Amino acid sequence: MIFFRTLFKTKGEAISFAVFVALIAIILPLALPIFRLNLVGKYLSYGFVAIGLVLLWGRCGILSLGQGVFFGLGGYCMAMFLKLEASDPVSTSIQTTPGIPDFMDWNQITQLPWFWEPFKSFTFASCAVFLLPGLIAFIIGWAMFRRRVGGVYFAIITQAIALILSLGIDGNQGFTGGRNGITDLKTLLGWDIRTTGAQYTLYFLCVFLLLASALLAKYIINTRFGRVLMAMRDREDRVRFSGYDVAMCRTFVFALAAMLSGLGGALFVLQVGFMSPSLVGIIPSIEMVIFTAVGGRLSVIGAILGCLIVNFGKTAFSEAYPDAWLYLMGGTFIAVVMFFPDGLAGILDKSGTLKAKLSTLGTGLMKKLKPAESAEKASAAVAEIPKTAEP
Amino acid sequence: MSDRNFVLEVEDLGVSFDGFKAVDGFNFYLNRNSVHVIIGPNGAGKTTVLDLICGKTRATSGSIRFKDRELRGTREYKIVRLGVGRKFQNPSIYENLTVLENLELSHPTGRGVFGCLFFRRTPEIMGKCLEIAEQIGLADKLDTEGGILSHGQKQWLEIGMLLMQNPEVIMLDEPVAGMSVRERQETSQLIRKISQNRSVIVIEHDMEFVKEIADRVTVMHMGKVISEGSMETVQNDPKVIEVYIGH
Repeated sequence: MIFFRTLFKTKGEAISFAVFVALIAIILPLALPIFRLNLVGKYLSYGFVAIGLVLLWGRCGILSLGQGVFFGLGGYCMAMFLKLEASDPVSTSIQTTPGIPDFMDWNQITQLPWFWEPFKSFTFASCAVFLLPGLIAFIIGWAMFRRRVGGVYFAIITQAIALILSLGIDGNQGFTGGRNGITDLKTLLGWDIRTTGAQYTLYFLCVFLLLASALLAKYIINTRFGRVLMAMRDREDRVRFSGYDVAMCRTFVFALAAMLSGLGGALFVLQVGFMSPSLVGIIPSIEMVIFTAVGGRLSVIGAILGCLIVNFGKTAFSEAYPDAWLYLMGGTFIAVVMFFPDGLAGILDKSGTLKAKLSTLGTGLMKKLKPAESAEKASAAVAEIPKTAEP
Repeated sequence: MSDRNFVLEVEDLGVSFDGFKAVDGFNFYLNRNSVHVIIGPNGAGKTTVLDLICGKTRATSGSIRFKDRELRGTREYKIVRLGVGRKFQNPSIYENLTVLENLELSHPTGRGVFGCLFFRRTPEIMGKCLEIAEQIGLADKLDTEGGILSHGQKQWLEIGMLLMQNPEVIMLDEPVAGMSVRERQETSQLIRKISQNRSVIVIEHDMEFVKEIADRVTVMHMGKVISEGSMETVQNDPKVIEVYIGH
């Protein structure tokens, strides 16, 4: 019960979470054909990055424009494992060197590079999916937060890292698959991931892990650590002079956000079947910030819904007007930042409060006009107000 | 000259910003369980001295010894954990949190990352919060958000947040600035009370207030100490009179 209270401060929060679970775990799988559901799964894998950004940016005030780096690292770790499994000597027998990934063979590489070796192990690869991004974020974060690098400088540096990594992958085709990325992934431990059944299973795996991550984030937000995050955002010096190691707390939340992003990257690869540098660089990193901003950077559920809404919008709109999409997305971002800094979740939250106020007003008026009957109606109306309270 | 009676010994402390010596050859000895006030005209370097002691600014020369431990070069949060608390000039509290949460967040239990994640509000911690809230006169405002407190109450809350850490030295930067006469009186009583088992350094302009609380006074001018002693000694020091009235 105490644990439950830590997760959901109000009844409204618990209800909105339950509605969200019903939406992604029951309604969408029943309503959508597998092709569309697979797209939803892809968008939900961005949701992991969004959860990280809620903790990092919304709660702690650190804007990272390089979350694609960690999404990409997690994705590449998974893709490398799958690629090695797909490159068994039998199916690659036409290559000059059978048994290594095809793009290595095209680049006259005759031996598997050392850093690919450990990715033959599924245990190693699936741990690396979140431990590698976490470790790298920890090192970057420690180096920067210890020197009090923050705000716009932190954003620029993370953006530069995203550019460096995407160029690095792009330019080393023999080792990384280059611009094409790592494609033609087939099986996971002998299980074909391209079948409809596998896509359903992977979708539900993604939903399960996403919900677990969302609960973890909600738990963190409501602990003392969550309050320290906000306190560091608003009164950095006071936190420091209350005896907290501000640099360490920030590094931790940056590493945690990176680990979540890495997990999202791995689930992206499993569901979409490839990984490429176009998912690592500056544009995807900024897009993920936009998803979070549109959905609501303070709200875990809001940010995930932001991923779904913006991406559905992207799919629908770019099918009709491919050129205008980028302008529309940029415009949306500007509008959100200028007029709705708390995103859709913030708007819903406010309209919820407004509706409650209006209906109490209404109840008062109706009571004057028709005492008995209308009061009942009004209280029923009040009870129906959607509870979208997210802090 | 390490004397057991001094909880803090500052010797030959100096800092220069691009050649400008904001504090120069500053010596300061803080007795146990006493109130030591630093006064001086604007720009004398009073706040800088506090910044140097608490580690916010790095000194370029001299030493700061706290109970025979060198503080110079120690990170801020470690200085706090050793037992030196600092209140800022503008009330610096967490506006979005309630009075209780403000106090609780300042409790020394669980200040590491994992300590924070698995922190539970125990009866002891709650008791401590209530005790401090009582002391700073905010016991009936526990669930009030910090942002809507009056200016004076915010100042007291920040003092309370320091008391939660139970430090041996508390540094207060202009604690009564902008307070009403009554609030000033209550604050001076509060400072007298908290100095019963710890030392307090106060920076202040208001001479009446200084007279009420000070056990000892140091006068600073242009980054240097020009006089030190009891309030009467200092008031009758010709150098001090010149600095304040002269020019």
